[in-house]
Amino acid sequence: MSDILIDIQQLTFSRGERVIYRDLNMQFVRGKVTAIMGPSGIGKTTLLRLIGGQLKPDSGHILFAGEDIPKLSRSALYAARQRMSMLFQSGALFTDMTVFDNVAFPIREHTRLSESLIRLIVLMKLEAVGLRGARDLMPAELSGGMARRAALARAIALDPELIMYDEPFAGQDPISMGVIVRLIRSLNNALNLTSVVVSHDVTEVMSIADYVYVVAEQTVIGHGTPEQLRAHPSPLVQQFLKGEADGAVPFHYKAAPYEQELMELVG
Amino acid sequence: MIADKLQQLGAGTINNVRGFGRAGIMLFGALLGKPDIRKGFPLLIKQLYVIGVLSLLIILVSGLFIGMVLALQGYTVLVKFGAEQMLGPLVALSLLRELGPVVTALLFAGRAGSAITAEIGLMKATEQLSGMEMMAVDPLRRIIAPRFWAGVISMPLLALIFTAVGILGGHLVGVDWLGVDGGGYWSAMQANVDLYQDVMNGVIKSVVFALIVMWIALHKGYDAVPTSEGISQATTQTVVTTSLAVLAFDFILTALMFGG
Repeated sequence: MSDILIDIQQLTFSRGERVIYRDLNMQFVRGKVTAIMGPSGIGKTTLLRLIGGQLKPDSGHILFAGEDIPKLSRSALYAARQRMSMLFQSGALFTDMTVFDNVAFPIREHTRLSESLIRLIVLMKLEAVGLRGARDLMPAELSGGMARRAALARAIALDPELIMYDEPFAGQDPISMGVIVRLIRSLNNALNLTSVVVSHDVTEVMSIADYVYVVAEQTVIGHGTPEQLRAHPSPLVQQFLKGEADGAVPFHYKAAPYEQELMELVG
Repeated sequence: MIADKLQQLGAGTINNVRGFGRAGIMLFGALLGKPDIRKGFPLLIKQLYVIGVLSLLIILVSGLFIGMVLALQGYTVLVKFGAEQMLGPLVALSLLRELGPVVTALLFAGRAGSAITAEIGLMKATEQLSGMEMMAVDPLRRIIAPRFWAGVISMPLLALIFTAVGILGGHLVGVDWLGVDGGGYWSAMQANVDLYQDVMNGVIKSVVFALIVMWIALHKGYDAVPTSEGISQATTQTVVTTSLAVLAFDFILTALMFGG
């Protein structure tokens, strides 16, 4: 069995006229936490949707355990999706079901286990994220952090090989952020998962990732372990990691020189 | 100037055709394939309750009042010709052929159709549909199909209930209040209403309206721009489009069924 679970080769994807990725190459190693970082709006979530087969690339390959996702038939794609899982930014819990039923949903859909066994599995998953006591609550009664943990319990319900986190730290208070950081790492180790974390929270990502890709300008601008990245020569990578306002990515949106515009206004 | 207008017209037409295409693909995806009774049946029952049973009250009340108004208006005209014994057929035929299917469809579009569009639009906005897809569950089969069938089953039944309550409302006003002969009300109705020509044609109309209303409502929700503004627009469009489509199809069907 190859060590690489996902292999993205020469991926090009565009929305209308706008090119999102051009000749993107990435590899995700089994059992590791790999992070994808980059400025907002460069299509990090789009990349997860491409891996999940919800979007089709213009060209290139996305190999998941050797299968080329964009070329799979509908039924093969659905079979592949049973082996992967995604934690959405909003949690995407079903609002008409309790937390328990949300976690039980994929199990009920894809297995024919008895209700007592399903109950056992669901409580186990909820215990892992610390929400066993919240099983009877509706999603509307959960805080943002709890909703994300409930969604995480649902994401691991069928013991997937791959779990993709879309901005898991966005909008969380420091405590729930800490909880989620710890959960991503511990679940990855305990369940022998492969995790892909998309985020722009540099500190959190650098603390848990085994390997990091920094994406900008339609492609990978730097990659390596967190230590290697800190010493990366690219000014763009350094600007991103240090959060500097001005640098390779200019603070000002492209415009005519300010003096020239002022002179024109004055006449 | 003219070129701009032409371009707008072309773009609008292409958008509409695309919309039709997407709506067709959605329905095709939802209804094609072997139904899974074990999972599908409980979902259908739940939707029959939400879409059908919960619409009962508005249908009952509206049917009663429309029947009462029909009797009142019909009586004032018929009595001038001494033909008040024809009140029964007048109320029954108006309701069976036209008002039952049409008004039920309009009320149904307002009550259930708009709710379905908003619900599915919000599910899309909160990534519930995407989440379902990523869990290898097809939202078309899980969300769209049960709602579609629940609407198609419940609307003809609601139209029949509407008609029955309307006829009782007509009786209430015509016989109990205005003094038309009770036996005459029912016997004239029995003599003048034909099972196939009137009752079945009314049911056929109702089934066609149900297909139209459910298709539009589901597609508007599924295709909604996932923002608050997009969902509000989609909900409005559902009510407007379904109402106009029902009225237009009513004319076509009436011409086909009763025109000759």
